[in-house]
Amino acid sequence: MGNDAVFVYSPDLLSYKFSDTHPFNQLRVQLAYELLKDTGYLDDKDIVSPRQATDDEILLIHDKGYVEAVKKAGIGKLSKEIGLNYGLGTEDTPIFQNMHEASSWIVGATLTAVDWVMEGKAKHALSLSGGLHHGFRGKASGFCIYNDSSIAIEYMKQKYKARVLYVDTDAHHGDGVQWAFYDDPDVCTLSIHETGRYLFPGTGSIHEKGAGKGYGYSFNVPVDAFTEDESFLDCYEKSLWEVADFFKPDVIITQNGVDAHYYDPLTHLSVTMKTYAEIPRIAKKVADKYCGGRWIATGGGGYDIWRVVPRAWSYLWCVMNDKAPSGLIADSWLSRWDKEAKHRLPRTWEDEAGIYKPIPRKDEITSKNRATLEKSLYSIRKSS
Amino acid sequence: MIVQNMMQKKWVSIHAEETIGTALKLMLEKDVRYLPVTDDSGNLLGLVTDRELKDASPSIFHQNEHPEDFDKPVSTIMKDAGFTAHPFDIAEELSTIFYEHNISCIPVLEEKKLVGLVTEREMLHAFIQLTGTHQPGSHLEVAVPNEAGQLANVASVLKDFHLNISSVLVYPSHDEKEKIVVFRVGTMNPLPVINHLIDNGYKVKWPPVPGENNGK
Repeated sequence: MGNDAVFVYSPDLLSYKFSDTHPFNQLRVQLAYELLKDTGYLDDKDIVSPRQATDDEILLIHDKGYVEAVKKAGIGKLSKEIGLNYGLGTEDTPIFQNMHEASSWIVGATLTAVDWVMEGKAKHALSLSGGLHHGFRGKASGFCIYNDSSIAIEYMKQKYKARVLYVDTDAHHGDGVQWAFYDDPDVCTLSIHETGRYLFPGTGSIHEKGAGKGYGYSFNVPVDAFTEDESFLDCYEKSLWEVADFFKPDVIITQNGVDAHYYDPLTHLSVTMKTYAEIPRIAKKVADKYCGGRWIATGGGGYDIWRVVPRAWSYLWCVMNDKAPSGLIADSWLSRWDKEAKHRLPRTWEDEAGIYKPIPRKDEITSKNRATLEKSLYSIRKSS
Repeated sequence: MIVQNMMQKKWVSIHAEETIGTALKLMLEKDVRYLPVTDDSGNLLGLVTDRELKDASPSIFHQNEHPEDFDKPVSTIMKDAGFTAHPFDIAEELSTIFYEHNISCIPVLEEKKLVGLVTEREMLHAFIQLTGTHQPGSHLEVAVPNEAGQLANVASVLKDFHLNISSVLVYPSHDEKEKIVVFRVGTMNPLPVINHLIDNGYKVKWPPVPGENNGK
């Protein structure tokens, strides 16, 4: 085995850009990349270049008609009505030039990560531009065009005959991936997210357990709004260990959206950097115990691109390399971005204490989440 | 919504001359709790539910007594179908019948011919569609004054933001001077429209805006 971990990156991945004002902004990938470089945690020898996914690879999940529509949209040849039927040209997924190519780079990046791990050239691989978990077979949704997570899973199934555990800690339910493998017993999906009571996409209830042969292979832990570190991590850690022990995967692919952070503008959870230091640590332990270390991590949501995403995604890479950043953030990074940042950049790796006022309903929320977790894992706890 | 668009168009039924034993087997195999009983031309004669079959079956302590009872035709135990519906009936009306008469299956007839079946399940599915939760979207609650034109006002704001509405529900509020309008909108980012509504004096009940209340 060569590297312990590889980091898939090239500037091509930043071409996935809807507009200057859209909340989904891949500048965050560059910010994380530079933060890691500046602090010395990322070495050039660990960086691998992505490839573009082929049409056949994209068609592992997506409908031909949809892929054609995305291609046409990217060269300005798709009519408005047809576009809207495919979810293209909406406020969430506006049309932009060469959107097919930009999306294919992201899918290719995640497939590159998969190949490094599945061919045994690295134990872990990171594809921060990926994790576009809302994309459906025939429809763009929630800022996502092609679902690189779903494609990667189907690719691993077909090329490597692998049983895949998908773990999603984005604040939004991982609906696209769940529905793609809803009736498949060789793919197990676990999503921990803010309840769909108010938040997009609205699904991800504990009762969504899978269908047909896949019944019992879909797990959802919807946590209450204002959930804090302790309760979020409790749900994550327990569900991940128990689901992994039940499913016995060959490989784990994690979707590491970081929009559950208190600062994130789109969601209503209250976790801090503590959660993002811990999430990858547990994923790594689980991958080591059940999968010989095989773990592919992707990015995902994350809409405070200044105060949250660079640090949170850097932790992901550091954990893959057994590093634990703490203390001060590199001056060079701060001085390069301070002026452009919309918020004052954090000076330390950890969040300062008291970034939010104490949540009055904390005990209630914690006990509700505990009950949700219990119900969600009921089927596998009962049989053990 | 009319009944035609929500009823089961494929159902399991049984001929009046079939035996009780066959009915029992059908129910177990097809995993259904209601069997409409029909004649040669598909006209509805009655209904057999799992309750009739339980009544006709021996106790588990006397499993093997009177096996000949299972050879009797289902017509001997079927009950009158009671409430029936027409394909053009309105779903909301049907829900009232389900609720008030505490029943769980309504056959749908054209003349006397059975053309569909509505159970509690179809009824619930119709409501799921009404709430729009079967499509990805965000949930937005706005308290508006209880007076004419308010829904149109909020809807036109959503239009200005190019947001597709998957459903609208209007709830009574505990305060009679207002109503709660609930929208499901097809976007992951409702923040711009929420901020606009608040700036224009609307009370947005949820989601809480960061920094505003609820400890955020």
